[in-house]
Amino acid sequence: MNKLSSDQVKKVARLAKLELNDKEVEKLGQQLSETITYIDKLNEIDTANIEPTSQVTGLTDVFRKDEIKPSLKLEDILPQAANTYHDYFKVKLILHKND
Amino acid sequence: MKLNELSLTEAQKGLREKKYSAQELVNSCLERIKLVDPKLKSFITVCEEKAQQEAKDADGYLKEGIDNKPLLGIPFSIKDNFCTKGIKTTASSNILKDYIPPYNATVVERLKDAGAIIIGKTNMDAWAHGSSTETSDFFTTHNPWDLSKLPGGSSGGSAASIAADEVIGSIGSETAGSIRQPSSWCGTVGFKPTYGRVSRYGVIAMGSSVDSPGPITKTVTDAATILGIIAGADGRDATASSKKVENYLDNLDKPIKNLKIGYSEKYFQAANKEVAEKVKESLRILEKLGTKIKEIKLFDPQYAIAVYTILQRSEVSSNLGRYDGIRYGQDRTYFGEEAKRRIMLGTYCLSAGYYDAYYLKAQKVRTIICQDFQKAFREVDLVIGPTSPSTALPLGSSKNHPMFGEVADVLVEPSTIAGLPGLNINCGFSGEGMPIGMQIIGPQFSEGLILNAGYLFEQATPELKVKPKI
Repeated sequence: MNKLSSDQVKKVARLAKLELNDKEVEKLGQQLSETITYIDKLNEIDTANIEPTSQVTGLTDVFRKDEIKPSLKLEDILPQAANTYHDYFKVKLILHKND
Repeated sequence: MKLNELSLTEAQKGLREKKYSAQELVNSCLERIKLVDPKLKSFITVCEEKAQQEAKDADGYLKEGIDNKPLLGIPFSIKDNFCTKGIKTTASSNILKDYIPPYNATVVERLKDAGAIIIGKTNMDAWAHGSSTETSDFFTTHNPWDLSKLPGGSSGGSAASIAADEVIGSIGSETAGSIRQPSSWCGTVGFKPTYGRVSRYGVIAMGSSVDSPGPITKTVTDAATILGIIAGADGRDATASSKKVENYLDNLDKPIKNLKIGYSEKYFQAANKEVAEKVKESLRILEKLGTKIKEIKLFDPQYAIAVYTILQRSEVSSNLGRYDGIRYGQDRTYFGEEAKRRIMLGTYCLSAGYYDAYYLKAQKVRTIICQDFQKAFREVDLVIGPTSPSTALPLGSSKNHPMFGEVADVLVEPSTIAGLPGLNINCGFSGEGMPIGMQIIGPQFSEGLILNAGYLFEQATPELKVKPKI
């Protein structure tokens, strides 16, 4: 089985901005390893000379007219914020000195 | 017959003929919800007062004889990952447990424009990650046919609400199986349209290259009616197709003599014996209607599990990146176990050094699967198979199985990866009395033909029109 080390699990968690405790690192490491072993099955399929598909109905470059249209109203949006300051969202400090 | 038990088509007719009012219809659904939902738990939110007010307004319009609103006064349940202006929309997640959207999803907007009344929002697997409705951060929905069993998922609340006659029409969304599989386990009609036939705007994003909203209903005609209203181009979703929307009701009863229907033994081998036999029997019913049944070869559905897992987890990790708790919702510590597991795998697959091995590889196998279906549809018009390998499983089945959903959805994943439309229709019952679902798959944008075949099958099997006893 393709086993993920706990350092690898912690690195992925950091990239995904998830905080995991030791128990989660252990459990997720085990489950991710199982899943990766399963998806490695795809290596049985020869994909040389095959183009990847990202858009199944074949649409490319969909444009619309660049027109100004009414947008959502401030009074509808601001209630989403946990805290506001005048007409702004007031949030906790996100970037710290050491980041 | 109680009003909440009506099909959408029957309710439309009755309202127009003034046999009953929209208020009576809405109240009948609300009473039913009060009676059975404490046991079923289909709903996260019930909008009692709002629905009653809207029903009153609808009765006013009906009195005036307003005729441009085909769904006027019809009560709907909506899966809780569709944004509804002023109505809490949680995606069954703790992160969005208090989120009240300032706008409507396009599907919701179109239903409301057509006069529909939203009775409530239904439970689902959190973020639509699952096939059981058990991974909801709030509670599990129960199967109306047997309360000790799962409804399937992720649109489990929507399917249960239709099977239990809590509403007249419902909306679900499918990434791979989330409309068809719960419909199969709950015995409802579920239609997953071609990718892009229905706009994704305002649906909480999961797998953006596969997500497809669609109807969950009591009859095929109801599904055709709803699809005709919600389908079509949308300036707010560039992937929504600008192809003209057919009138799906026009050709429902067109004879299907000489229609070529294919099936793959691989799909039947993946299902349990009872399910496989019942779907085979259904093929014979279709043969009696004049269709030609033919065995075809399809790419082994097992590979689709791997492709889907990679694509879906990768797109999830990207889509859930926006939940940082800064503008709305809670911060990332509120993610449940399943969401964390999916974000982790997706992040791994997309991380430096692994992208080619996983995401790109999966996109290439996706091409092979698309081509395989194109080849099949040169031989036959439609493909039929079991929707799910089994009937509804007991509560608790999804626990500690990191790929439960993928395995439960093995038979719908290949078609979803290729963006194809597919219909689930009930085709019988197991020895235990649980519904068995058959799926009809067609080429992209063959919605009309699939509904046509589904409708004629439904008409040929009136004995299957039974309701669960709750």
